[in-house]
Amino acid sequence: MSASPRASSPASSNGSEPVGAAFILKKAVLSALVALGLFSLMVGVRTEAGQSGQLEYWTRFGELASLVGAVFIGSIVVELLRMWLGPRGGLGSFVPSSVQNGMSVAGRYLAPALLIFTFLVPVIFYNQRYILDLGILVLTYVMLGWGLNVVVGLAGLLDLGYVAFYAVGAYSYGLLSTTFGLSFWICLPLAGILAAFWGVLLGFPVLRLRGDYLAIVTLAFGEIIRLVLINWQDVTGGPNGISGIPRPSLFGIPLTPGEGGLASMLGIPFSPTHRIVFLFYLILALALLTNWVTIRLRRLPIGRAWEALREDEVACRALGINITTTKLTAFATGAMFGGFAGAFFATRQGFISPESFTFQESALVLAIVVLGGMGSQLGVALAALAMIGGFELFRSLEVYRMLVFGLAMVLIMIWRPRGIVGHRAPTVFLEKSKSISSDLVKEGHG
Amino acid sequence: MDYFAQQLINGLVLGSIYGLIAIGYTMVYGIVGMINFAHGDVFMIGGFIALISFLVLVSIGLTAVPVILLIVLLVSMAITALYGWTIERVAYRPLRHSFRLAPMLSAIGMSFVLTNFSQVSQGARVKPVPPIITGGYTLHEGESGFVVQLSNIQIVVVITTIVLLGLFTWLVSRTRLGRDMRACEQDQTMAALLGVDVDRTISMTFVIGAALAAVAGMMYLLYYGLVDFFMGFVAGIKAFTAAVLGGIGSLPGAMLGGLAIGLIETFWSAYFSVEYKDVAAFSILIVVLIFMPTGLLGRPEVEKV
Repeated sequence: MSASPRASSPASSNGSEPVGAAFILKKAVLSALVALGLFSLMVGVRTEAGQSGQLEYWTRFGELASLVGAVFIGSIVVELLRMWLGPRGGLGSFVPSSVQNGMSVAGRYLAPALLIFTFLVPVIFYNQRYILDLGILVLTYVMLGWGLNVVVGLAGLLDLGYVAFYAVGAYSYGLLSTTFGLSFWICLPLAGILAAFWGVLLGFPVLRLRGDYLAIVTLAFGEIIRLVLINWQDVTGGPNGISGIPRPSLFGIPLTPGEGGLASMLGIPFSPTHRIVFLFYLILALALLTNWVTIRLRRLPIGRAWEALREDEVACRALGINITTTKLTAFATGAMFGGFAGAFFATRQGFISPESFTFQESALVLAIVVLGGMGSQLGVALAALAMIGGFELFRSLEVYRMLVFGLAMVLIMIWRPRGIVGHRAPTVFLEKSKSISSDLVKEGHG
Repeated sequence: MDYFAQQLINGLVLGSIYGLIAIGYTMVYGIVGMINFAHGDVFMIGGFIALISFLVLVSIGLTAVPVILLIVLLVSMAITALYGWTIERVAYRPLRHSFRLAPMLSAIGMSFVLTNFSQVSQGARVKPVPPIITGGYTLHEGESGFVVQLSNIQIVVVITTIVLLGLFTWLVSRTRLGRDMRACEQDQTMAALLGVDVDRTISMTFVIGAALAAVAGMMYLLYYGLVDFFMGFVAGIKAFTAAVLGGIGSLPGAMLGGLAIGLIETFWSAYFSVEYKDVAAFSILIVVLIFMPTGLLGRPEVEKV
């Protein structure tokens, strides 16, 4: 048996190999050749159905050449950067410990500062509708992230179909309000309860599943919900969705112009911005409620049971913790917050359709949770801000936006698999509260 | 009865396509233990490359259909395999020893990249091709006038699948590469100690999986006569369902699961409702996992502490 001289080890591909100009050039040429192969037909030739329905094609060798050139140069740049920054993972050790200490001190004040800033956003940007809308969007995802965090971050159950509960919440409110004329404040708890019910319904069959199996079943569940929403036209309106969903009121006082509206009651001139500001504070309150409940639950026996479940299911069972109720409550709690967020989404949009509840949304929320460091509340908020904000920054790219988003997801995972905030504050400690690296935290098997 | 026979044929053909994709999932899962979310999109890329190379070949004046099809098959297998290799190299290898969620998210990101890459580069509209393989046989003509037909394209799909499956079984069970793959599946560290190039073996797994997905993509193109940039997602989930149904990690299981899913989907559309055919397939997945978590031919997972 001839043993290969290049016996593989994790480090062999990028470790102590000689790095010289020839090596870099060779690598860049190879990358460019691979790129040429990859893009030769997909980019070099463009197909489109012509006038008569017959497919036609034309060549785009210019684009192909520039792409291959870009890969060549990009490969050289990456290799040079790798050389200067030392071996892989150099970015972490790049930061001296004094700066890291300073960062952890800053981190302690970051959360309150961020919260105060968020409260002031409608005051500062009162006249900038775009920023307010973006703020509402970011806060919606912060809330979804915190809700999913209960399932993934705390209980370690990998849920790829979280958007299903978001959809259940949105459709609950949409249907209850348009059919029975119920107000937002009655529907909000109902949406949460219904979503939690669906969470339990999903939870029951998947109790025995672990890891990737659970992920794929939740994904299938999310798709089933979406397909039913599309096809059950009598109830859900099918692909056309539900329109004319009533806007929320301030506990019965509508935010409309004219008599009886909030503006006329306060004696101030009406402005459509009032409703935006109201929605902003509404979602902020809902998100903070999610956060508060999660933080409190973590300190209760049930929260401890979730974290124990994530760390080791067998040990958890040996300690006499009821796995069934632990898993179901995690699913139900996470789903409930998803339902709240869904109801908010419906009332904000005034229109919902199955298109808003695709797998992409689930993946986005999961990416926010993982990027946020799985279990870190502040991290999830920052990740939502970065993801949604970044997504908006690239709005001008239009069709390239999702491409950039996907690439960003891959690159971020390679760069920091453990997320932005790589440490946690444990809820139980001896003498002094000290945050620990999230490398020490298991991601759970269920 | 005739109707049933026709649906049986259709289901088996569809199942062959799913089976080919499912093999890619099951192999990657067996060897690196991750769901390669981008595999459905690799299948889509394979379909696109088959379409483009077909167009180019026809326009440069080739007329012999078997020659064209053979060249298209080889080209799409080669280029799609390169895609599989690149994806593994770029998105999965750096994360191989990371925690479990990282490669999964990286794979989801890669799937978005591939979907949107083909949307950007080839446009969002559905690409139709005229039927390339026409004709067929009438197997049986019922009294009511219902004709059970076996078209040539269906024969081509099934025969290609069987040939590839045979080739592939030989590869895994008889060659050096197959032995390396099985060794890596059992214990990567030990395999590396015994001189197996683990990196290369894993790369080859992705290459073979992608090549089979390319064949599936080409068969899909020939059978349905169209490709679009979004077809990878649903086909991918169904193929994964097939892999799980057959018992993930088991190659005959993947094919069996693919046939089962194809048949379920076809019969559901034929006798119940077309709209809910995907719901049926996904529900089967959930039901199977509840009652048979290891699938039809899978080994039970031993829980180590």
